[in-house]
Amino acid sequence: MSLEIANLNAGYDGTPILRDVAFSVDDGEIVGIVGRNGVGKTTLLKSIMGLLEPETGRIQYNGEELTGRSPDEHAKRSIGYVPQGRDVFPDLTVKENLLVGESVGDGDETRYEQVYDYFPILEERADQDAGTMSGGQQQMLAIARALVGDPELLLVDEPSEGVQPSIVQSITEDLKQINDEFGTTILFVEQNLSVIQGLAERCYAIDHGTIVDEITGDAVSERDQLEEYLVV
Amino acid sequence: MTTGFGAAGMLTPLVIGDVLGALDSVGVPIPQLLQMADNIAFIALAAIGLTIIFGMMGVINLAHGEFIMMGAYITTLSVNVASIPLPVAMLLGALGTAVFGAIVERTIVRRLYGRLLDSMIVTFGLGLILTQGTRIIFGNSLQSIGTPFGNVPGYTYSGYRVLLLFAAIAVLGAVYLVFTRTEFGVQARATIQDPETARAMGVDTDRMYTITFAIGSGLAGLTGALYAPSATIVPGMGQSFLVESFVTVVTGGSSVLLGTALAGGILGTINAIFSNLYGNFIGQIALLITAIIVIRLLPDGLTGLAATIREKIGERQ
Repeated sequence: MSLEIANLNAGYDGTPILRDVAFSVDDGEIVGIVGRNGVGKTTLLKSIMGLLEPETGRIQYNGEELTGRSPDEHAKRSIGYVPQGRDVFPDLTVKENLLVGESVGDGDETRYEQVYDYFPILEERADQDAGTMSGGQQQMLAIARALVGDPELLLVDEPSEGVQPSIVQSITEDLKQINDEFGTTILFVEQNLSVIQGLAERCYAIDHGTIVDEITGDAVSERDQLEEYLVV
Repeated sequence: MTTGFGAAGMLTPLVIGDVLGALDSVGVPIPQLLQMADNIAFIALAAIGLTIIFGMMGVINLAHGEFIMMGAYITTLSVNVASIPLPVAMLLGALGTAVFGAIVERTIVRRLYGRLLDSMIVTFGLGLILTQGTRIIFGNSLQSIGTPFGNVPGYTYSGYRVLLLFAAIAVLGAVYLVFTRTEFGVQARATIQDPETARAMGVDTDRMYTITFAIGSGLAGLTGALYAPSATIVPGMGQSFLVESFVTVVTGGSSVLLGTALAGGILGTINAIFSNLYGNFIGQIALLITAIIVIRLLPDGLTGLAATIREKIGERQ
């Protein structure tokens, strides 16, 4: 078992957002958390990454308790994070952004070559300030920045947000290929149907801060099944 | 006294004397040039530590002047009491202040990030404690070290003060390299831009804040150390640096190298011209009026202007 969440309750300033969330992700899987706006998807990823202290509950990764640990300790345990809205460092160049992502890496230069293979535009724009790039390029940079740290588990928060459809398709394929090539476990949250169906092997549906359904097998490709949790 | 700077220290003023002689022969007004160099060095060195702490970290450290005073005291006491060579004493002044800065960050400033007014009040109080504590322990003044090197040959101007311009350039260059060419520097800038994301990338942001604050403090200490041989060593000496340092940081904006160098150059030149023509008081007034005009026209300082120009050039390309 790679990642195991049990009885997770979390929120902001005493307002509960997540309620008794429980699910698990196995090594090498691609799992999606699907749901509408404001149901707690980002809060869930932030809690897993240690950016939000859970009120109660347990987060275990490879049998080790993560609850209460800081985000940098999570990163040092090979957990990569692609935040919502990319959150690249705007005044740092592309190369410097990657260098920050490499903070937890082993200094292996081939990781840069690998991410440049996936996202050649980043090599072309290595010396450009990240804040001056388009939304899609920033999304690629955010994923690349997480990948240079050589994560075993990659948490991705809404990769389609603010990105044009053709780039979304490309990013979806890239994530799938990264999983195939490196065996990277991917847990992503998303409300874009094409990303979910193009990427997820199975999904958990979240509503009002609670996991309400698990969607597996062929059901992931059934539009109606997913739309039930995505359409207002 | 021996300067501790070796043969290079003896030869440099002679070389400067030759260069100035050549400039003099083509009609360059040397006294005004030396005054300008001195002012630029003073302003840049006074501001560099604060640029990091205020410009990069957003902490208004009103004890900045006292950090400069601390560097001067450590240097002076190292030379006078422990007979340590001046260059080593200067290094101790910078390092001692850096360590003190790290302790202040860990124990006090860390609790005040994002609380601007609170940090101002607390660091103002810290400044008072440092000034009065120094007065109680060491009295109203220390015996000064004496300025090394003597005058520039052929001129009644301190060779050491001229050398401080080169020291300022070297310090600015070193800071630029640290914050742009090292892993620490890139991580520190990332932390300052977006601490939450930096932590999620594995950066120990607490450590980054401590080290960055310590570097800013150490540079303030280095300024005090560099001016120790040519200043009157009194507990309130840091105050004489405070106005210039804040005006420079606000005028220059957040970029350590570009902002401080540009602001130092412009303000130093204006200060020198007006001081030379109308006296020091008018020089200070001119400095403040320049700062007001720059802030009114360029809210992000000269750094913001440079960024706008760079963006426009980028758009054309």
